Amino acid sequence: MKTAQEHNQSYNYAFLDEPSKREIRRKTLKAVAIPGYQVPFASRELPIARGWGTGGLQLTLSLIGDDDCVKVIDQGSDDSVNAVSIRNLVQETTNVSVTTQTEAATIIQSRHRIPEVPLTPEQVLVLQVPKPEPLRNVESSEKRTRIQHGEKNYNAMWLELYEDIVKWDHALFDADYPVMVHGRYLMAPSPIPRWDTPKLHQSSFLTLLGAGREKKIYAVPPYTDVEPLQFDDYPFQVESFNSKACTRCGSTDVFLEENTDETNGEVHYQCSDTAYCNKVLDEKGGR
Amino acid sequence: MAYVTVTGGQEAIEAAKKLADTYRLDPQQPPLDPSLIQKQMRLLVDRIMSEGGLYAPELASLALKQSEGDTFEAAFLLRAYRSTLPRNHYSHVLDMENMRVIRRISSSFKDIPGGQVLGPTYDFTHRLLRFDLMDEHLSRDDLSALEESLPDGVEWRDKNLTFTKVAGILRDQGLLGRNPALSDTEPPFDITREKYTSPAPRSARLQALARGETGAMMALAYSSMRGYGAVHPTIGELRVGYAPVCIPHPYQEGESVYVGETLVTEVETINKFATNEESGEVEFFLGYGCCFGQNELKAISMAILDRSISDGGTAPAEDEEFVLEHIDSIEANGFVSHLKLPHYVTFQSKLDRIRATKEKQNGGE
Repeated sequence: MKTAQEHNQSYNYAFLDEPSKREIRRKTLKAVAIPGYQVPFASRELPIARGWGTGGLQLTLSLIGDDDCVKVIDQGSDDSVNAVSIRNLVQETTNVSVTTQTEAATIIQSRHRIPEVPLTPEQVLVLQVPKPEPLRNVESSEKRTRIQHGEKNYNAMWLELYEDIVKWDHALFDADYPVMVHGRYLMAPSPIPRWDTPKLHQSSFLTLLGAGREKKIYAVPPYTDVEPLQFDDYPFQVESFNSKACTRCGSTDVFLEENTDETNGEVHYQCSDTAYCNKVLDEKGGR
Repeated sequence: MAYVTVTGGQEAIEAAKKLADTYRLDPQQPPLDPSLIQKQMRLLVDRIMSEGGLYAPELASLALKQSEGDTFEAAFLLRAYRSTLPRNHYSHVLDMENMRVIRRISSSFKDIPGGQVLGPTYDFTHRLLRFDLMDEHLSRDDLSALEESLPDGVEWRDKNLTFTKVAGILRDQGLLGRNPALSDTEPPFDITREKYTSPAPRSARLQALARGETGAMMALAYSSMRGYGAVHPTIGELRVGYAPVCIPHPYQEGESVYVGETLVTEVETINKFATNEESGEVEFFLGYGCCFGQNELKAISMAILDRSISDGGTAPAEDEEFVLEHIDSIEANGFVSHLKLPHYVTFQSKLDRIRATKEKQNGGE
């Protein structure tokens, strides 16, 4: 019986065939050149299910080289089973080094979080995208949303926001809060919490977004304006944790996840970014 | 290679994989030989090849074994494997008149040139469980006797049946229109290499339908026949057989090279008539379906959907984007299943909104 290592050498480097990777890179360049614009691409099927990060993974696989160091997180965690599964696939088909430390990574593939540690110009953030079309909730036809983007006609979204405010006195968009990219394209930033949205504005790093099932690649290049949809009198708000602290590392200025203790029913909070939590603990000498 | 601390997620994945193998295997039984699946689960293999978009009976059989018979998983395995292969050639348009036919029927005409060939089908059998199959024994002599009892006797294998198309009869009488012909010189729009947008080129539409999931296509085709749409065709011809595949000669221009044959099911349906806007003639409209293997339900559904999309309208089955975007087994399966992934962050964001909304309603802030 072949070992996993031997077996996987029967596949091409980074799984995809070279012409496929080249096509993805070309589409990525186009995406970088037109910030926020969804570039259609063919999208190959991967050994990971559609809707489980195949858009992000195709970006990672097309960019990766021997000098790279990859970090994969799912909802902030390196240890989430899907993150592990994606990381294993990258490693098995490329042998590149992998890490859980945000600072050590050159490519960070993430589902639904931007790390708490500020990223640098040397790093690329790859976000997995389930629904790339920010207008989909107000217009089901792709044919029509393409026209709306062409005409920069985002009235339906402004109306949605206005109706939320009239009805509920604030915006109901939770994660994946729609943003305007450099004053031109409305963009779905992927289901990152609103907490992470401001990190995209005038960032020093490149963010690539890949939707495998919907076959779209788009990008936020460094130093691009990314502004959430908001009215002057109803400004965009991030999630509130009412000054709660992580029960593990004590951090307060981070995105927290709440959990209920099954024995006493008490609610406690923990950092969603597990690598950050570990780092803070290490610095305190607490691990 | 950097070392990543083995953590809970990693261990759980490994254990789950091993556990699944123990569910699949039983020491009292020999492990399933994929060649048994290939021969005795023939129609299932055909379905997987067509939904996986890869004509590879051996690999489809392996995929079925590996996935414990889950058709969605098996088609997914084939598609993922397919991604590792470069696209080297586009074949010429298949010459269906030269198909080595194993089955061919028409529900439009009783007498068709060459006659109706029922071929291997369960269509007119009674769906009674054959309990004798519970413990089936077959010797070489038994199989010979079975073959000898066929109308053509043992010769059946050597029969090389080719037929002209039934649609040709109507076309000769000026009663049937043509679908826009697919060019044989221009390569088709390749949906595995480019994302199509609606309205899709005809070659893209046919590819998407040919790879669609049988059940999903059947449901949409049925909806059109039943009332959410208007397509209720007559089958001009349904044929199953081995079609020769040729590719352009790599060096000699104008020459082609025969590379093998594929089993396909092809269906042409005859629909309502109307005035052809181009020719001004009153003609029947055609619906076209074709897929790998013997999968008649899918080929008929495809022909209905092809017609239904061309006619257009407000019903789901008449909307090209609706049909093409929702029949792909790999995409639909993946996205529905992704709900099993953790959504802790997004749900936390939702919790924040509902709590803030409640606060507002209770007069807070």
